[in-house]
Amino acid sequence: MFSSAVSTTSAPNTRTSQPIVTGTTVLGIKYADGVMLAADTLASYGSLARYNDVRRIQKVGSSTLIGASGEISDFQSVLDILEGMTREDINLDDGYTRTPAEIHGYLRSVMYQRRNKGNPLWNQLLVAGYREKPFLGYVDLIGTAYEENFIATGFGAYLAIPIIRDRWRADLSEGEARALVEDCLRVMYYRDCRASNRIQIAKATGAGVSISEPYVISSDWETANFDIRHSTRGSDGSSW
Amino acid sequence: MDAPHSMGTTIIGMEYAEGVILGADSRTTTGLYVANRASDKITQLTDNVYVCRSGSAADSQVVSDYVRYFLNQHTIQIGKAASVKTAATLVRELSYQNKSFLETGLIVAGWDTHEGGSVYGVPLGGTMLRLPFATGGSGCSYLYGFLDQAWQPNMSREDAEKLVVKAIALAIARDGASGGVVRTINVNAYGVERNFYAGDQLPLFYDELAPRPTLIHF
Repeated sequence: MFSSAVSTTSAPNTRTSQPIVTGTTVLGIKYADGVMLAADTLASYGSLARYNDVRRIQKVGSSTLIGASGEISDFQSVLDILEGMTREDINLDDGYTRTPAEIHGYLRSVMYQRRNKGNPLWNQLLVAGYREKPFLGYVDLIGTAYEENFIATGFGAYLAIPIIRDRWRADLSEGEARALVEDCLRVMYYRDCRASNRIQIAKATGAGVSISEPYVISSDWETANFDIRHSTRGSDGSSW
Repeated sequence: MDAPHSMGTTIIGMEYAEGVILGADSRTTTGLYVANRASDKITQLTDNVYVCRSGSAADSQVVSDYVRYFLNQHTIQIGKAASVKTAATLVRELSYQNKSFLETGLIVAGWDTHEGGSVYGVPLGGTMLRLPFATGGSGCSYLYGFLDQAWQPNMSREDAEKLVVKAIALAIARDGASGGVVRTINVNAYGVERNFYAGDQLPLFYDELAPRPTLIHF
């Protein structure tokens, strides 16, 4: 029988085995001037829309943007790692800062190594930037990495990619690109249970990197209005 | 992605001075996908009794259909409008006797000459409870504290409707499985009235911003 007066405590489990506080889709598209990232600012706790102003797109160095979906604590960890790298760059003071492609490659190694140790950083990350030419890359929790003209993580892969495929061109103007991502995020808001209508758009161009303040997108509910269209009511009294 | 169709849902039934207000959101989900963002979760059982449906969409529809059918026959047999209690009892019988097969929480509310307005909650398992107000669905978790504080007996029609809309808007703001528009039905001695509150016209709460009109149109 166990009757020790001293309780044995085991070390806490520091491995991420399931995501708890999560962000949904991040979208990325290349356009005429550079690369654009967009995402909503919601962090969910399961089905609870817990934190409404979480900045899932952050600047790294002077010419790179990172957008994250998945576990927010792991994203914050990634940002810490990248901040250390940026600080190193500054301290070396040799006039060189890491390119978006280098940051993407570095994150790929980090994510894959963590996956091999069975302790992944539970994220799907988009790395975007402009250094002589636009760069858009994807890295995820199992170490998958690739570059593309447009990428969407999470539900966006199903809902937004078809919309982008229909409208994307390499020479999209900034206005067209913004309308495109806004329309995609609107569809996400309608159809993804973990999405919100409060979004941020960020761009990386030759002129530098900027991230908009969050703003709320419009939505259209007139199709639900039985005053202006037939109700779904059946002739037997049911509502379907 | 073939998770059963379930109504994440926030539903409310509330008594006020002259009748009842039923309210619901409009989101139906299959897993994390919103299968219908414009659902109508408030269903008619008789001219004077309505039901709010939550849980499995299929189960709640089938129960409603059976109860509507029985009440239709019952109304003919007794020659006058069915009572809300009768409707709720039929809902309870089906829910209780089939508890191992069904996954649906229902709120039956309406107006009759015996009791005036009345609200009956029939949660999972088939318990039946008459209450001054009832909530259901995944979103109702966020409303207990709010309604405990905000509900008053004998409210006016306007106050009760405002309270129902505010409550559902609060639940929609926090529950990922609730969303869309708010539909309400008001039942009293004079009849039935439907209302619709579009998603972008709902009240705003802590940390919520008003939508920015889009400057970009195609």
